[in-house]
Amino acid sequence: MMCECGEHEAVIHETVIVNGVHTERHLCESCARRAGLLGGSGTLTPAGAIAAAVASHASTTTTARASAPAGVCPSCGTTFAEFKQHGLLGCAGCYAAFSRQLGPLLERAHEGGTHHVGKAPTHAIDAEKRQHAEDRRRERAVRQEKLESLRRDLDRAVREEHYEKAASIRDELRRMQSGDANEPSAGGGRDA
Amino acid sequence: MHEPTRPGSNGPGSNGPGSNGPGSNGGSNGPGNEGDARPADAQSPHPATSPIQSTHPRAQDLGTEWLRGTGPDCDVVMSSRVRLARNLAGYPFMPKATRSERQEVLAASKARILTAGVAERVIWIDLHTSNAMERSLLFERHLISRNHLRGKLSSGTGGTDEPRGVAISIPDERLSIMVNEEDHLRIQVMRSGLALDAAIDDAMRIDDAIEQKVEYAFDPRFGYLTACPTNVGSGARFSVMVHLPALAMTGEVEKVRKACADMNLAVRGFYGEGSEAIGDFYQISNQTTLGRSERELMSLLQMDIVPRVVAYERASREQLVSKRRETLEDQAHRALGVLSHARLLGTDEAMTLLSHLRLGVVAGVVDAVDARAISNLVLLVQPAHLQRVLAKDLDQQARRGARAELVRGKIEQAIKRVAGQDGAGPTRRM
Repeated sequence: MMCECGEHEAVIHETVIVNGVHTERHLCESCARRAGLLGGSGTLTPAGAIAAAVASHASTTTTARASAPAGVCPSCGTTFAEFKQHGLLGCAGCYAAFSRQLGPLLERAHEGGTHHVGKAPTHAIDAEKRQHAEDRRRERAVRQEKLESLRRDLDRAVREEHYEKAASIRDELRRMQSGDANEPSAGGGRDA
Repeated sequence: MHEPTRPGSNGPGSNGPGSNGPGSNGGSNGPGNEGDARPADAQSPHPATSPIQSTHPRAQDLGTEWLRGTGPDCDVVMSSRVRLARNLAGYPFMPKATRSERQEVLAASKARILTAGVAERVIWIDLHTSNAMERSLLFERHLISRNHLRGKLSSGTGGTDEPRGVAISIPDERLSIMVNEEDHLRIQVMRSGLALDAAIDDAMRIDDAIEQKVEYAFDPRFGYLTACPTNVGSGARFSVMVHLPALAMTGEVEKVRKACADMNLAVRGFYGEGSEAIGDFYQISNQTTLGRSERELMSLLQMDIVPRVVAYERASREQLVSKRRETLEDQAHRALGVLSHARLLGTDEAMTLLSHLRLGVVAGVVDAVDARAISNLVLLVQPAHLQRVLAKDLDQQARRGARAELVRGKIEQAIKRVAGQDGAGPTRRM
């Protein structure tokens, strides 16, 4: 496809949808550079990359975007339209406020990367550890409650001479207890 | 203005009455003149107490890490840099922060950086109250970015009086921490030669030290949160400055550019983003920061990409020596001739000639000067350094004459020094 200047092959294809109106631009390298989409070295500028990713994301979600009002970050008041214009977010809260729109955009800008890998601040690691410990405590409490309940059911089934039912409850108890024994942090053999 | 963290070192006072240094021209640098309409690239000299020069007597010569000319693969790789983008939790990012919030971030960051033990000696410079010449010197030394020099965000907002600063480790200038650039903190570590591994180790240590004092904006899914989502995740940008004169001469630099672009790496000019590749100096850097760890990105550049570029440039140099030796010798000696005799020199022309001469030296076809002298000149021919060295306020035309004169003198000194070294042969590595 030719650039709109009519002189060179188009290398950058920009799609913009504003209020449901779909416009496309096809630009050669020099026209794209003039439009601020390409850096001096021929690579997409951050603003260009974001604009291209936003445009491309926009083009695939026309219906959804046309019906949804522009998002606003509740923490700093940045609108998604503002972000699209400047390529900069206003605060940490913007990431949560625009997470739906940012997800696919980040994936494109970061070669498929969607989740952070690598260094984390110590306080974040601590928070994560605390959360993990809390989740484990809750899991174990639920399991303990279920074991107690099965034991009560077993006692009742034996008392009422429902031996088939009692055998099935006993099997379930064994399954759960052997699961416990396989847990490295199952804490002693009280339930074994 | 700039405050060494260790008592007894050279220090503040650049804005005090009567502190103007030699060559200052009557009041152009005194207090109250900051934030005026002078262009960012500084036309006037600065008092003799620039932190960099005053705390670093040899600033005119060597000193800055990226021009030391040592380290692995330094015949091709000038320097390695890692930059971590960080924001403080609880404050809006720069585009939405009010002036008072920016001042708060600046004050909080300054106090914490200076007490975090990030380096043995650290100086602090408030850029909004420093003068244009001082800022230009820092920019030319690659210690602050172009946007930080101007006080502008990438969106174009802001100006020279935006509250912002930089902490610099001295005398090595390996570390600089820009405060209130596009993100609250930009931690930058430089190393000579190909040494991204050492640079990231340093950067991580410094980041940990600062993190003991502040809480960073961090999200388990998105990682370190940054104003521009192209930096989110690790916030780590690795950059290697390479000198590719042989590939430029054979017209193969474009292949490097394309190969890097295919691997989602950026190839930029001498001053990074948005700058031209003057003197055949290029910066290769990663564009991806989310979904790959710092070490993985570092290793990709350090172990894979850059060694291939280095091998390509070296092969090209060897080919030039074996197949086009005469052309190579001619180009290098013409460069030496012009640098030794020119009466007017622009920055770009000087950089091109220095590049040709450096190629001749590292390829072993010129032995009249050494590569170290050339590296020094790469810095000294830049406008702010030139005016600082000469302590003169010069317009562009006057600078061309002064630059030529300075280069002639330095080349003459280098020739004498090399000639005086008994049995010294051609320098293959700088």
